[in-house]
Amino acid sequence: MKKVSFPHMGHAGIAFKSLLEDLGNEVIMPPVPTKKTLDLGVKYAPEFACLPYKIVLGTYLELIEMGAEVLLAFDSYGPCRFGHYSHLQFLTLKNLGHDVEVICFGYPKREPIEFIRKLKKVSKHKSTIKCLYEFYKAFKKGWEKLKALDYMEKLSHKIRPRELKRGTTTKVYKQAQQWLDEAKTYSQIAEAKEAGIKAFNDISIDPEREVLKVGLTGEIYVLLEPASNLEIEETLGHMGVEVERSMFLTGWTQDNLGSGTQDHASAIEAAKPYLPYKIGGHGRETIGHVVNYAKRKFDGVIQIAPFTCTPEIVARTILNKVSKEHDIPVLTFFFDEQTAKAGITTRLEAFIDLLRRKRLEKNQVAAAI
Amino acid sequence: MTIKIGIPRATFYYEYFPMAQTFFNELGLQVITSAKTSREILNAGIQKAHADTCVPVKAFYGHVESIKNKVDFLFIPRITCLNGQTVYCPKFLGLPDMMRHAIDDVPEIIDTCIDVRTTRFAVWKAFYSIGRRFTNDKFKILKAYIKSLYALKKYKNLLMQGLFPEEAIKKLNNPNYNIQKKQDSTLHFAVLGYPYTVYDEFTTVDLLSRLKKLGVQITTIEQVPYSWIKRQHKKLPKRMFWTYSDAVVKSAFHFFEHKSVDGIIHITTFACGPDSMVIDYLKFESQNHPDMPFMSITIDEHSGEAGIHTRLEAFVDMVKRKKMLKMNTSEVYS
Repeated sequence: MKKVSFPHMGHAGIAFKSLLEDLGNEVIMPPVPTKKTLDLGVKYAPEFACLPYKIVLGTYLELIEMGAEVLLAFDSYGPCRFGHYSHLQFLTLKNLGHDVEVICFGYPKREPIEFIRKLKKVSKHKSTIKCLYEFYKAFKKGWEKLKALDYMEKLSHKIRPRELKRGTTTKVYKQAQQWLDEAKTYSQIAEAKEAGIKAFNDISIDPEREVLKVGLTGEIYVLLEPASNLEIEETLGHMGVEVERSMFLTGWTQDNLGSGTQDHASAIEAAKPYLPYKIGGHGRETIGHVVNYAKRKFDGVIQIAPFTCTPEIVARTILNKVSKEHDIPVLTFFFDEQTAKAGITTRLEAFIDLLRRKRLEKNQVAAAI
Repeated sequence: MTIKIGIPRATFYYEYFPMAQTFFNELGLQVITSAKTSREILNAGIQKAHADTCVPVKAFYGHVESIKNKVDFLFIPRITCLNGQTVYCPKFLGLPDMMRHAIDDVPEIIDTCIDVRTTRFAVWKAFYSIGRRFTNDKFKILKAYIKSLYALKKYKNLLMQGLFPEEAIKKLNNPNYNIQKKQDSTLHFAVLGYPYTVYDEFTTVDLLSRLKKLGVQITTIEQVPYSWIKRQHKKLPKRMFWTYSDAVVKSAFHFFEHKSVDGIIHITTFACGPDSMVIDYLKFESQNHPDMPFMSITIDEHSGEAGIHTRLEAFVDMVKRKKMLKMNTSEVYS
């Protein structure tokens, strides 16, 4: 069997690995993107391509060095640029003289026959029915894992701002990820999940602490990949802020490949007065989530996106008005290869300071009344 | 008092203005366009727009800002898909919303969505719904629509003959307008880019007229017939899903293949989303055709005359010398 690999995107790799291994592949786990990955990507990527493109290209180059022979990618259909990323990346790899096989999966609903044809390439079974059955089984297990992983991440967001000893949650979260990675059967996954929840509950917390609640929204890759957003969730958690992220991979999969989630539908509904049409990427969803966060009385919202991300620029322009009308502070970060953690942290500190003062004022007014 | 419709001189202006103008005039409305892009207009746009927006959209903000007080309606249709296959850049799809929410006191925006993938006769339906805002006479709307289609066809023909949009619009409005005779040119370049970038004299710092002065005959994507573009479909791993990018990439592929021009200049704007992909496709294709001179120019709101003109002159000189060398050697060997 050929060595298969895929780009790194947060903890989703653990679920992908389980899926591909169940199909009978030898999987090379993609390395966590580092400065070196980004430098490699920047070197061969077009100048204005967005950060995800550069990180993924860098990851591919690193994976080829590690011996990957088949690279997997995901395709989309515009108008966001992402639909051309994999094709251009593979053209770039070819021009650099790397001889790798590349399989680019589209939406199974939209091109089912293509999807099955490609699926056969990564499956050890040659008959279509057997291959589909195996995929269904593997997908279900991978899905279970992904749900558990997302649940762990949500727990970490809740507990991190309240922890007594700084850094415990991150440690526990990494441990839980490892447990889930090692789990092979359904019962092991359930066991790992329970152990993870228990470990999280064992963290000593300060329940009295005044914790701010901030929504995190924006473009999918920088939201899901901590290396690309310079661990913004962790930084915020350590500042005593509970983060609620608008997007998880389970939710995204349901919205795009399944029947859709309630959260997504309500975001689109909320965005209607501002942006009634789909503009590609997650521009419309970003606006909707901000409105929803405001309605749920969050202290503030942070929008993150890669530099030159067109849909998010449109969203950002309109968010000024949303912020004014719904009285919710919005801070935007556009990440690129020049962005440094110190700069982001300083701006975050200032923003959180403002939010804290705003809440204090509100409390005082309420007390006076 | 007649109702005034404002059409900003940016983005779709260069492709569809005569159509909109004829339609509104036939309905008895007055059409007002903004002035050509200038430093004031661009500065006003830069102030309103988000910093990461591309220059054409920043200029669009400025154009809207400059006419918003003079008109009753702003015509910014949400053109999503016109050929059933390709759409437009996300910024274009969100253009009416950006204007509505980023600029203060905008007049009512006519943001009818035109998407031929949703219904049959989508363009007519869109125009009908626009017309119904101003008149109840269905026949009048139909007449105006047919006339506007005719105007568009005439305009496209003029563009195909090699006229630039401003000239073609003048010619349409005034049949006696004399077109400048083509001067003798030694070189023939394809200048490829989106119409709203290429024809904007201010942001491109007069690139086209400068090229003409240097004795270069220019072909833009308006003069590339669709039949040429169609033949290049297979060369891309996947169809470009943006209309203008599709035309630019495939026109470039055509010229690379047929060598019917002496050089190709690609004009792009800083931070343009689709172009970040286009540039690399063109770069790879140009590597397959090393004998075809190719240059990519990026413009932004700070583009200086000196910088761009120096590069242009150097490119023209280079191509000229190459052509002369080729002619000389062929003379020697023949």
